[in-house]
Amino acid sequence: MKALTVHRGTVAPLDRANVDTDQIIPKQFLKRVERTGFGQFLFYDWRFDENGAERPDFVLNQPQYRKASILVAGPNFGCGSSREHAPWALQDWGFQVVIAPSFADIFYNNCLKIGLLPIILPEATVNRILADAKGVSGLELAVNVKTRSVTFNDGTEASFPLDPYAQESLVGGLDEIGRSLRLEAEIVRFEGQEVTRINTRG
Amino acid sequence: MAPRTLYQKIWDEHCVTQIDDQRQLLYIDLHLIHEVTSPQAFDGLRLNHRTVRRPDRSFAVVDHNVPTGDRKTPIKDPVARRQIELLEENCHAFGIPLFNLHHPEQGIVHIVGPEQGLTQPGMTVVCGDSHTSTHGAFGTLAFGIGTSEVEHVLATQCLVQASSKTMEVRFTGPRPIGITPKDMIMALIGQIGIAGATGYVIEYTGDAVRDLTMDERMTLCNMSIEAGARAGMVSPDMTTVNYLRGRRFAPTGPDFDLTATRWLAYATDPGAVFDQTVVVDLATLSPMVTWGTNPGMVTSIAMKVPDPASAADPAQREAWQLALDYMGLTPGTPITDISIDRVFIGSCTNGRLEDLIRAARIVKGRKIAPTVRAMVVPGSGIVKREAELLGLDQVFLDAGFEWREPGCSMCLGMNEDILEPGERSASTSNRNFEGRQGRGGRTHLVSPEMAAAAALFGHFVDSRPLLHSDQEVTR
Ligand code: SF4
Repeated sequence: MKALTVHRGTVAPLDRANVDTDQIIPKQFLKRVERTGFGQFLFYDWRFDENGAERPDFVLNQPQYRKASILVAGPNFGCGSSREHAPWALQDWGFQVVIAPSFADIFYNNCLKIGLLPIILPEATVNRILADAKGVSGLELAVNVKTRSVTFNDGTEASFPLDPYAQESLVGGLDEIGRSLRLEAEIVRFEGQEVTRINTRG
Repeated sequence: MAPRTLYQKIWDEHCVTQIDDQRQLLYIDLHLIHEVTSPQAFDGLRLNHRTVRRPDRSFAVVDHNVPTGDRKTPIKDPVARRQIELLEENCHAFGIPLFNLHHPEQGIVHIVGPEQGLTQPGMTVVCGDSHTSTHGAFGTLAFGIGTSEVEHVLATQCLVQASSKTMEVRFTGPRPIGITPKDMIMALIGQIGIAGATGYVIEYTGDAVRDLTMDERMTLCNMSIEAGARAGMVSPDMTTVNYLRGRRFAPTGPDFDLTATRWLAYATDPGAVFDQTVVVDLATLSPMVTWGTNPGMVTSIAMKVPDPASAADPAQREAWQLALDYMGLTPGTPITDISIDRVFIGSCTNGRLEDLIRAARIVKGRKIAPTVRAMVVPGSGIVKREAELLGLDQVFLDAGFEWREPGCSMCLGMNEDILEPGERSASTSNRNFEGRQGRGGRTHLVSPEMAAAAALFGHFVDSRPLLHSDQEVTR
């Protein structure tokens, strides 16, 4: 996983609640067998019309947001399927941070596994960011994973929750599987005394 | 020991080691795999010179991409074909059992697992698919994971997990005739919202839940994720035990009864405390229909399309307006005035034998409206075979339905079964998100009975008066 400690970038405001994974990456693009290359299909049905032409009113098609690396959206972002293709697509597009008042459970976890930082902020704060980002001059934010804080242009800060395990993984760019494999002895001990006996090959 | 919930018992029993205050390394008893969310995980293993720790705890089946028409000709879509072949290659390379496209018992992963007896009470079950919650019907802790976690389970047979809060959803009152578990779960989602159970594991309780069959409990647990829950579960009882008896992977002989005693002990203890309790009153429930673009935008067949002007706040008003624009609906339209073009009966929500029987009770001896294209996609090869033994295929075919091969099909439209832009469906699946069943497609979620009734009339109607009461649909 790519390490993420500090990040500064432009904000793209996606002012919608309950953005679901079918919107983030429609199913017709799930057939790829690689982890990369999903960015081109991000928000496909919102970015493009039936003829494949860009919809100029969609936020990511507007010139000031094309290089944005921080996505800000409404509550319950990422609801729906468990497809990790959704965070892959966001990351592949260039986003490193997603800010929302709340996230769907599986999506939130999936982001942390690939080093895409999901930030939960109070709804009022998110609304302020959305409003500021829609302004003509755009908005930049600074994010610090170590201090779990977002810094606004005027110097004010907002802190966000992030559990220590995920924080350590992000900052160190740690491979979680490697971390767990170090617990091999514990896994072997568990398997020696477990109660469930099923054999899918039996 | 203090009384514990089903969830707590499974959680405690599967702790390999505590990682910090909240999280533990959780042992996974059963890992189910399908073609869409696994290729990158197998790649990751190879890249890091790792292997599959417990192929004997893994089980794979193709379902999302598979064609539901003729299976004799090769799959036309080369990318889908590649994904299906790759799963075969990966399972072969790592020794994981697989039901491939031509296996007679192939089907949707969440239907195949239970019917093979792989899903058993007290287990932890994961799959790279959010509707893994279905398996909770057996008193298992079952939840969906992303591809990185699929790789983690392949390598370690464990997951790093934080504990969830527990929510009791208690259905009170007897279930009225013609009200299905699909209506129960849609009513819950309408009541608490699509994020109402985020951070929670739900346990469904109440006499009406105890009275449900296993097929019905699976429908209930299936859509837990649509309320935001990590998992949904039902305490195991004799209904669970009786379902499992004789299944392929269930214990046999005297072992079965010994194991069954252990299974029953997982049930939530009397007096165990949940973090939250939600009560849903069944007495006043009518068949439910979604009108919007998420499962929480739901009402009953007796109602009208809501008016955004009456929304609770500006955010909701905007969301409703966007949904109505997408759905092409006018506020105040009676639900029964909404006409439909397509009907889909199937999916891991409602693609089991009992679902097909109940739909057939509406359809028998009648014809679908000439304006409607309707299809039944059995959830698995076993469901299809059993339905055919009962003559249900003929009931549906006579009425004008298509009778297809098992798979996910129009639930997510990864194969050719999709809605055209602007087409409107009555669907027994679980998600009505924009474009879910095809770009520009408009999905209304309903029970199998309601889908069948809509097929007959070409618009939504209350299915209850149409139920063949005494008339047997079966041969
Ligand atoms: S039937 Fe639909 S919800 Fe169920 S596993 Fe298949 S695609 Fe997912």
